[in-house]
Amino acid sequence: MKRWITQVGWRHGVGLAAVAFSLFPIVFVLSAALNPLGTLNSTHAVPTDVSAENFVKLLRTQPFESWYANSILIAGLTSFAAVSLSMLAAYVFSRMRFHGRRVGLLSLLLIQMFPQFLAVVAIFLIFTTIGEYWPAIGFNTPWGLILLYLGGALGVNTWLMKGFLDTVPKELDESATMDGATHAQVFIRIIVPLVSPILAVVGLLVFISTINEFLMANVFLTDLDSKTLSVGLYGLIYGERNNNFGIFCAGSLLTAIPTVVVFQFVQRYIVSGLTLGAVKG
Amino acid sequence: MAGKILLLGLVAAIALWGAFPLIAARAWPGLAVLAAATASIYYVYLSPRHVPAKYLLPGTLFLIAFQILPVLLTVATAVTNFGDGHRGSKQDAIVAIQTTSIVEVAGGTEYGLTVATKGEPASGPLVFLLVDPAGNAFVGDADGLTRLPADQVTISGGRVTRAAGYTILNLAQAGARSQEITEFAVPTAAGAIRSTGVSRASERQATRRYDASCDCIVDTTTGRRWVADEASGSFVDPATGERLAQGWRVTVGLANFARVVTDPSITGPFFRTLLWNFGFAIGSVLLTFALGLLCALALHSTRVRARNLYRVLIVLPYAMPSFAMLLVWRDMFNTDFGLINRLFSLHVDWFGDPWGARAAVLLAQLWLGYPYMFLVSTGALQAIPAELSEAAEVDGASAWQRFRAVTLPLLLVALSPLLIASFAFNFNNFNAIYLTTGGGPFPPGRSVAGATDLLITYTYRLAFGGSGAEFGFAAAVSVYIFLIVAVVSAISFRRTRAFEEVYS
Repeated sequence: MKRWITQVGWRHGVGLAAVAFSLFPIVFVLSAALNPLGTLNSTHAVPTDVSAENFVKLLRTQPFESWYANSILIAGLTSFAAVSLSMLAAYVFSRMRFHGRRVGLLSLLLIQMFPQFLAVVAIFLIFTTIGEYWPAIGFNTPWGLILLYLGGALGVNTWLMKGFLDTVPKELDESATMDGATHAQVFIRIIVPLVSPILAVVGLLVFISTINEFLMANVFLTDLDSKTLSVGLYGLIYGERNNNFGIFCAGSLLTAIPTVVVFQFVQRYIVSGLTLGAVKG
Repeated sequence: MAGKILLLGLVAAIALWGAFPLIAARAWPGLAVLAAATASIYYVYLSPRHVPAKYLLPGTLFLIAFQILPVLLTVATAVTNFGDGHRGSKQDAIVAIQTTSIVEVAGGTEYGLTVATKGEPASGPLVFLLVDPAGNAFVGDADGLTRLPADQVTISGGRVTRAAGYTILNLAQAGARSQEITEFAVPTAAGAIRSTGVSRASERQATRRYDASCDCIVDTTTGRRWVADEASGSFVDPATGERLAQGWRVTVGLANFARVVTDPSITGPFFRTLLWNFGFAIGSVLLTFALGLLCALALHSTRVRARNLYRVLIVLPYAMPSFAMLLVWRDMFNTDFGLINRLFSLHVDWFGDPWGARAAVLLAQLWLGYPYMFLVSTGALQAIPAELSEAAEVDGASAWQRFRAVTLPLLLVALSPLLIASFAFNFNNFNAIYLTTGGGPFPPGRSVAGATDLLITYTYRLAFGGSGAEFGFAAAVSVYIFLIVAVVSAISFRRTRAFEEVYS
């Protein structure tokens, strides 16, 4: 029994404590969403009254479905494209030695340290010009916002992937090169399958940060129907904080669903240790 | 190979699609940039050399267009006085000053108005067909008033209903161009004739007008003058030093940068804020990383049952919209009906006490941030070959020794760039403060910087709050903040092993 506690039991202890910490604010939000009064000061820590009133009100009074569709479209495409762009860069940073490699890697981190929200004014001016020439990628379109998000595709994620790739033995791709594979074949046939766990993790991270992104989206999407979930929900409590609290919490809960689903979907990639298998086999 | 041809074809198609509006608008510099970008793509992918560039180019193009360009534009703004009252050119400012000072001329002529055009009703240049109280008809355009001969017009009810050579706009057509009609002015000796409704127009006068001979704005009623000051981009009264609110955009050199260091209202609380800023950023990173790593280690064992369930539940905070949860956390710390006080039967004014507010902000940050650290630690742990730890175990290392000497160093190699990036993010974590405490609590009396203010929220209040937006000044402060974060990050890079990775 003592052995079980030191080897496995403490793991459950940490896990349970962490789950409790993670869940209690969410239970409060759930309680507010189910609270038929829908106000902040009538909400309890755990649900007491259960009613779907806030959810119904949200769907009836707001274009919640189009917010939802916009968010899924933007977050889905952005995370797919960002993972692809980032993986391409991580491959050369990890496997090739070339002039400007060090500068490139460091400047990727440095650029992201600029306080982005102060660049909002500049971004606004840039997209005003873009919208004049190409309205299809201007304000109030998901495409323009996706392009803007892809500006940040290289950066921390590239570092994360490069770090993972550095731990994949070079012998694997070197032997393929010996067998006559081109760099593109090595990349597609060997590297990408080996790093799929980190692709899944980074894809999830980008998906979450995109679906929750508020600052840029708020400047970008002003039409009620073109909004994303975060912009739309913020608009709900902007003026009417106390009274719309229940609807707001209902919306927040529904916003979390795609992320949870995506997490479930990529779970097996995160868990499977492909690298270990490759080295052992 | 086929894929390459397809992709290059796609690039050509996108470039063509992008080129047409530029050609139509004769935007030659824009077209040159587009052509250069397309040519560089073709060069990189058709040449057998430059292999790294083939992989880096796609991401880099986005990076330049949507990250580097905005940053450069912001830095360029820092040497100007761009902001409310200083947005456009000097000409724009003069027009704005004159338009806002327009008043109806006392005893000025009232006209019956008919809007007409010589061309198409929807797009032709507008003219005003006017009838004065004496029944005389005029045509007014951008050049002034011209008398219309009586035999060429039909007047009914004090308005022109037909005029030879003009097409009269019906109500719907006039409604569609109402903006143009409102802005349309027929210049006269005393001022200008403008519409006052759909069927009336009157002569109005600008009380302030620009005089090119003295390069100044003259108030025609009082005789006061404001002389243009090119250095500050404003019209200044030489006698009192008073400035007109409406100015124009000029380059002010390093004045904005100097103001950050010399203005006492900014330098005063600067260092206290800077200290807490570091405390908040480092505290957030260490707390979230410690808890995230602990959970990742605990669940990094196949012997833990239901660990996928644990993982999903632990990561849930990360799935919630963070800005919404920050607002919820603020409500949970509410003194009267907040969840924290009710759960523990307390009556603590969390946000009223400097350290209470700081602790509350950090706790919210921990809750929001540790699932991310949990995820990346889990990913990094799985990339560490189990042989290393097993070998150490065979050599008789304890669990703690294995963690301290094998797992942690390897983890830090992979994660220190992320930790530094997380530090940089939290250093400027505007939402975490703005949506919870709003920077408060503020010390009694001078309330410029609160106990939980970060440099960025403090700057935001200085630059955008109160007297209106000062983008130029805010940009200068953001350059300072950037320098601080960059220097700190560079130092921490040198101290970690991340650099060895880069050099190798």
